[in-house]
Amino acid sequence: MTAQEEGSVTAGGAETAPEVIRAEHISKRFGAVQALKDVNLYVRRGEILGLIGDNGAGKSTLIKTLTGFHRPDQGRLLFNGTETALRSVVHARSLGIDTVFQDLAMINDLPVYLNLFLNRELTHRPLPVLRRSEMRRRAREALDSIGISIPSVDTEVGQLSGGQRQAIAVARSVYAESTQLLLLDEPLAAMGAKEGGQILRLLKRLKERRDIAIILIAHNYAQIVDICDRVNLLQHGEITLDRASQETSVSELLELVHAEYGVN
Amino acid sequence: MEAKQVATAVGRGLVRRRELSIFVVCVAAAIYFAVTGSGFTTSENYHTIAQYVAPWIIIGAGEVMLLICGQIDLSAGFVFTLAPFVLTSFTGDGMPLLLALVCAVAISALVGVVNGLIHTLFNLASFIVTLGMAFFLEGMSLIASNAQPEAAPANGWVAQVFGRARWSELIWALAIVAVMQALLSTTKFGVNTQAVGSNPIGAAEAGIRINRIKIVNFALCSGLAGLGGILDGIRVGSFDPTNGGNETMFLAVASAVIGGTALLGGSGTIIGALLGALLLGIVYDGFNLTGVNANAFDVVLGIAIIAAMLLNVYLGVLRRKASR
Ligand SMILES: Nc1ncnc2c1ncn2[C@@H]1O[C@H](COP(=O)(O)OP(=O)(O)OP(=O)(O)O)[C@@H](O)[C@H]1O
Ligand SMILES: [Mg+2]
Repeated sequence: MTAQEEGSVTAGGAETAPEVIRAEHISKRFGAVQALKDVNLYVRRGEILGLIGDNGAGKSTLIKTLTGFHRPDQGRLLFNGTETALRSVVHARSLGIDTVFQDLAMINDLPVYLNLFLNRELTHRPLPVLRRSEMRRRAREALDSIGISIPSVDTEVGQLSGGQRQAIAVARSVYAESTQLLLLDEPLAAMGAKEGGQILRLLKRLKERRDIAIILIAHNYAQIVDICDRVNLLQHGEITLDRASQETSVSELLELVHAEYGVN
Repeated sequence: MEAKQVATAVGRGLVRRRELSIFVVCVAAAIYFAVTGSGFTTSENYHTIAQYVAPWIIIGAGEVMLLICGQIDLSAGFVFTLAPFVLTSFTGDGMPLLLALVCAVAISALVGVVNGLIHTLFNLASFIVTLGMAFFLEGMSLIASNAQPEAAPANGWVAQVFGRARWSELIWALAIVAVMQALLSTTKFGVNTQAVGSNPIGAAEAGIRINRIKIVNFALCSGLAGLGGILDGIRVGSFDPTNGGNETMFLAVASAVIGGTALLGGSGTIIGALLGALLLGIVYDGFNLTGVNANAFDVVLGIAIIAAMLLNVYLGVLRRKASR
């Protein structure tokens, strides 16, 4: 059933839609660790790209390079076809690149609504004074529309469960205005089946809008095959596989990953 | 029935608002000394308390901001000591007092910028950076003053406004609390300061310029300490190289901590530090009035700091339970 759904979406134009981001020959080194080696990758508008790989393969480093947190040592990024040097996370965001980081970038001592607006707080311009009630109202709306249940938007994030925190991190990026590229680094890791399903449905809805490109990192290959249009496998900083989800399966992906270690 | 409701409401307020509980302790201490000691409830005595607490409040306001963003400034006490001599070096060259004062505060703030730059550029713990800076500034104060007190400016409206007029130092302290509390709780900068202290990596991932936030707070803390030193010196009538120093700094930090500021960053209020200083001032003054040995003050201070920390942890747990 899902395969059919995806088939129609892909056939419906994702393959011919323009590329939102293309990374060319990206390398990144941390001291002795070569985290990324000559990485090439692209995503089209309306497409979800699954990024898989072992722990330490370089997935988060790649995401952080695409969002302006890390500067690549080599290589270049094309954003909507134009070569772009991302100066900072804020710069990337201003272009429409939004990220759910693996560590969630949640501020435990701040309430939910301030986390949702972290570093993009609404203020009474030109004064830097916060518009707290407006932020509360919009936060409530955003969370309600995804169906995330939390006690109140005034709750300190530190008091929420891991899954709730993750849901809020996803909501923060999804509800940012004018997002063109959404990067999600293991957004489902701490979630129960129900909440994870909610987020997956949300991503499917976003995909149906066809105006956003998504890169999703997950260790659950079933989820990847289910929701993504394409899968890239990252091994030791190199992309070793780029395949349409329809042309692969959970068992093939597991085989490919395990082959490296000689597991039968 | 109604009394019970009021009691629960008060109880809930005490748990939720840390400041309220210190305020209650302040009032209790004041009542105790008003009853047991003679002369506590005189305007003269209130003035004495104001003299004690104003420097702690002014430095404490800056320390709260730094503590919230996960840092501390151990050199603020000696900025307090040195700033008056920076001022006299300018007035000695014939600069008008107001301009000299502005320059001295600016140079104090610059000390904070240096602290912040060393901390951020070399990734050196602020505890270490400002410890070194404290010794450096102590030496500079002794050199600049020849280890001798100097007469403070006493004439003209500028001197009146900046410490000479009765209560003016306290009014400055309260105004600083109001401004800093507004900065902390109503602006983007305040929220970012909290974010940097609570989760620096997350704040950076959200694009907050964490180094800039830290450096600004170091500058604020030092600038306030410098202003405090000048106000205090002008009030006393002489600039003394033994004024301020570590004791003043530690009392300011103690005020902040008693007022509910987390030593590990992320939360705290300026008003809390004001109340913390007030509590320390009332106890210190009360001990003097009732003839308790001054050394006992340190014993009480030590207990108060630990008790405040325990209360912080305990109230944190209660608050968590209440919000479930
Ligand atoms: N800031 C950093 N400084 C030094 N080394 C780093 C840094 N970030 C990542 N690395 C190293 O780069 C390599 C890739 O790390 P990365 O976090 O990208 O892996 P990952 O694929 O996201 O792993 P996981 O599945 O565990 O999240 C690892 O060896 C890691 O130790
Ligand atoms: Mg990772």
